[in-house]
Amino acid sequence: MIINHPLLGPRDSSEFVYLGDANLINRPNWQEDGALEQFVDYGYLRDNIAGVHRELWFHEYGDRSWLVVTRDTVSHEITEVRLASDVAIKEGR
Amino acid sequence: MKYSGFRVIKEALTGHRGWGPAWRSPDPNSEYDYVIIGGGGHGLATAYYLAKEFKQSKIAVLEKGWIGGGNVGRNTTIIRSNYLLDGNEPFYEFSLKLWEGLEKELNYNAMVSQRGILNLIHSDAQRDAFVRRGNAMLLNAADADLLTTEQIKKRYPFLNTDNARFPIKGGLAQHRGGTVRHDAVAWGYARAADSCGVDIIQNCEVTGFKIENGTCLGVETTKGFIKAKTVGACVAGSSSRLMQLAGMRLPIESHVLQAFVSEGLKPLLPGVITFGAGHFYCSQSDKGGLVFGGDIDGYNSYAQRGNLPVVEDVCEGGMAIFPMLGRVRLLRMWGGIMDMSMDGSPIIDKTDISGLYFNGGWCYGGFKATPASGWVYAHLLATKEPHKTARAFRFDRFSKGLMIDEKGMGNQPNLH
Repeated sequence: MIINHPLLGPRDSSEFVYLGDANLINRPNWQEDGALEQFVDYGYLRDNIAGVHRELWFHEYGDRSWLVVTRDTVSHEITEVRLASDVAIKEGR
Repeated sequence: MKYSGFRVIKEALTGHRGWGPAWRSPDPNSEYDYVIIGGGGHGLATAYYLAKEFKQSKIAVLEKGWIGGGNVGRNTTIIRSNYLLDGNEPFYEFSLKLWEGLEKELNYNAMVSQRGILNLIHSDAQRDAFVRRGNAMLLNAADADLLTTEQIKKRYPFLNTDNARFPIKGGLAQHRGGTVRHDAVAWGYARAADSCGVDIIQNCEVTGFKIENGTCLGVETTKGFIKAKTVGACVAGSSSRLMQLAGMRLPIESHVLQAFVSEGLKPLLPGVITFGAGHFYCSQSDKGGLVFGGDIDGYNSYAQRGNLPVVEDVCEGGMAIFPMLGRVRLLRMWGGIMDMSMDGSPIIDKTDISGLYFNGGWCYGGFKATPASGWVYAHLLATKEPHKTARAFRFDRFSKGLMIDEKGMGNQPNLH
């Protein structure tokens, strides 16, 4: 797979390390009521979608930036790549 | 029809006109006591043990494609019980004992071959870890044998013991481990279950569950609604997709694991060998092909095919210990979809929905577990209580901090 890095252009996926579902950006607030249940959910449960999946990749053998990659888990086709920092700011993190 | 040597001779002399289909192809009834979703090794074994050991009847196995077309037909066929943790080892040893009697039990030649498995050791720290694992195996009545480099050189003279980066410092052997003809496991269980009255219904995909007031009343399928008192999901690889239909999210990611077969060679590899520094395992099939595999690709996938970086990585692992592999040609390779759970161990448990049960999360270790998985799942479905060797495989172990994490990797499925 080729990941089209927003800053560096197309890079081979073997330069990257995979973390998982991009919802991991939305870490629960530990001070909220019900934080324990939220953390169990955050840490252990996944949608595991067959189809279009937003996921976190880390450019370990590159510029060490985190990316949010939108990829189809059935065809491996990548449709969008954004810096995770941009996504997080846009989502108000 | 009972299979035997006598029967083979008789059929040979009479033009092989007496063989019939090994199982029926019935239309589904409108109602069953037990519906097993998934006609793979685990599902068929579950149905067989439900009928045979737990004396239940009115059992159906629903399979969306053809039986044995999923991961039981796409694996590297290794059986072993060399686990460390208390939650796992008794279960896998139970499975290995069932493998040992499987062919007589099923009257089917599954080519169970206890040719042994050897895990190579490459450092002193790794030897300490393997000694601990070997002791855990012995405590659970499995067999384990720590081999020295000299013993390994004698038995496997082709191994590169002097690799500069990963010298071989010994090995942990389990002589009762080995390989099994994987398709024959599905066919053998299917035939045996069918002869106990189990309906195996192929080309019948489950499209939904009928759930009212927290109770599962049956399943919607491409062949219509089927009412069931007990529904058992058993579709590792597609577990999240199926359970989503019941509104459940699972502690599972689906990943692709690639496996490889070389061209046929003369007998050279006695048993299964695993590389301890990278991830590579290899055996030789009875047809002569080297069957090998390594790491999963590492990203969520339902594609049943992987990418080239892992092919390179696996072949590098092979070359590190078997330099002779360099001129062997790869014949074919394929990918299977694994339920990678959050701690690397399976789940066999009831769900929060009454009458709906779950078996999955096998990571890439499901094949060796087939007989025991079927047995303990049948135990759970029939008695509503977990089998004594499968009590740890619970859903709530993640919220209670009771993970069964053999490698100590944490909640990162692609590292298990």
